[in-house]
Amino acid sequence: MQISKRVQELPPSGIRAFFDLVLGMKDVISLGVGEPDFVTPWHIREKAISSLEQGSTSYTSNKGMPELRQAISKHLNAKYKLDYDFEEEILITVGVSEALDLAMRAILNPGDKVLVPEPYYVAYTAVVHLAGGVAVTIPTSPKNKFKITAQDIQKAYSKDVKAILLGYPSNPSGGSYTKQELLALAAMAKKLDIIIISDELYDELTYDYNHTPLPTLPGMKDRIIYLNGFSKVYAMTGFRIGWVCGPADVVAAMTKIHQYTMLCASITGQIAAREAINNGFKEVQRMKMEYDRRRKFIVEQLNEIGLSCHMPEGAFYAFPSIKTTGETAMDFAKNLLNEQKVALVPGVAFGRSCEGYVRISYASSLENLKEAIARMKIYLAKSRGKG
Amino acid sequence: MDEILEILSKDARRTPQEISKLCGKSPESVKKAIKEYEDGGIILQYKTVINKELLNGGRNSVRALIEVGIMPQKDLGFDSIAERIYNFPEVKSCYLVSGGYDLLVVVEGDSIQMVAEFVASKLSPMPNVRQTATHFLLKTYKEEGQIFKKSIKHKRLNISP
Repeated sequence: MQISKRVQELPPSGIRAFFDLVLGMKDVISLGVGEPDFVTPWHIREKAISSLEQGSTSYTSNKGMPELRQAISKHLNAKYKLDYDFEEEILITVGVSEALDLAMRAILNPGDKVLVPEPYYVAYTAVVHLAGGVAVTIPTSPKNKFKITAQDIQKAYSKDVKAILLGYPSNPSGGSYTKQELLALAAMAKKLDIIIISDELYDELTYDYNHTPLPTLPGMKDRIIYLNGFSKVYAMTGFRIGWVCGPADVVAAMTKIHQYTMLCASITGQIAAREAINNGFKEVQRMKMEYDRRRKFIVEQLNEIGLSCHMPEGAFYAFPSIKTTGETAMDFAKNLLNEQKVALVPGVAFGRSCEGYVRISYASSLENLKEAIARMKIYLAKSRGKG
Repeated sequence: MDEILEILSKDARRTPQEISKLCGKSPESVKKAIKEYEDGGIILQYKTVINKELLNGGRNSVRALIEVGIMPQKDLGFDSIAERIYNFPEVKSCYLVSGGYDLLVVVEGDSIQMVAEFVASKLSPMPNVRQTATHFLLKTYKEEGQIFKKSIKHKRLNISP
């Protein structure tokens, strides 16, 4: 069959073959998983089960159940003093993945450019391309913990740039932004008059300071498409529930696409999500504390075995340098997998400037982390011996 | 609860070195804190939760919850009677409770006969023990926060973006 030009043009994911290699292998200790190792807290699963028992199996309104949108609006107000009208300014999506796609399709005209700082989540450049836009990636420096600066934005800007897509805390680098840093980025976006699509899926998993959502910054709310969801923070990846907040016109445009392509997010997922946002606080704190301990453990251990690693500020990823091995990130990942059966993701999956780095997910039990470190140590000793 | 206690309460095998890495403290300060908890009687014991139902097919292990009604002694209250009861090695736990009876006693033995014998010959005849009601445990679902059922574990994909 003749495949559309646009899809053919999608750069083949260099990482796909590596992923297939990992998936085909048995007894692997994996630090390559981009989802929590916790199961969804029981009170949330229990709510989903009873909703099925009661026969809640229908469609919901396109925008999502009003009760869930109201709960999100209330939560954002209580936590961040954000004021989003649940009728006009909030849309429930099938994960943030769908929200990203909708945002791009809603705002881009053919040829419009979107700035995407590296390292970026694997879908970012693809959704821009699929919506007819052009992704302009911006390399960032490990010296600045892979964070983008206002100057970086200015340098990459040209008149076709319509938006910037920012994800923080970051998958894969674990880097995030303080309020001070965000103020500088926001001021530049305002000056250049570009939209910010802000993916804040890991917001609650910020460890060393309080997370600041971009729309809370003065004068920014109308310039931001704010994306968030339940997958990571509440350990609900399989429920596939995300949300968008933004100006009514953008949310209406996104809803238009959503109603024809998705109709609505699953009702079971939405009911579970409502329980999560209303009563999940304690469980979130429990999981966050556990991630935080592993974060300190893994970073210390990585540095000890000679893989220099900065302390990530959020999410559940460490992003160490493997440059001392002299291998490319892909070779390192493949060899480590074949020789020691430890899986991780080469940094190049997240942008070309991330060569020499690997993503390690610490959403894994402490026992696994310990074993993986022991195996990596053996691998490093051997490869240094060879060198 | 203090972070060190919380970590140990979940897994008593964690070493001070590991704990120090997990909470970003020095190994010395963790050792010192543990020593203080031990000396202060806050940490009493380090134990293993064993599923005895799986051990020897569940043979040689019977437990019973016994409700014990007490006639309190003048000037002595419940404590001295409780002490006479909990000093028996067969008694694994002993609680003073509110409600229709006074002490809740957990007794363990190799067989039903042994537990029954303990109740009949040691517990019931004790002065001031008014009455007992013995409930043999048939199945343990959860103990000390640990679910005993072996569940089929759903596995995540080994790698995902």
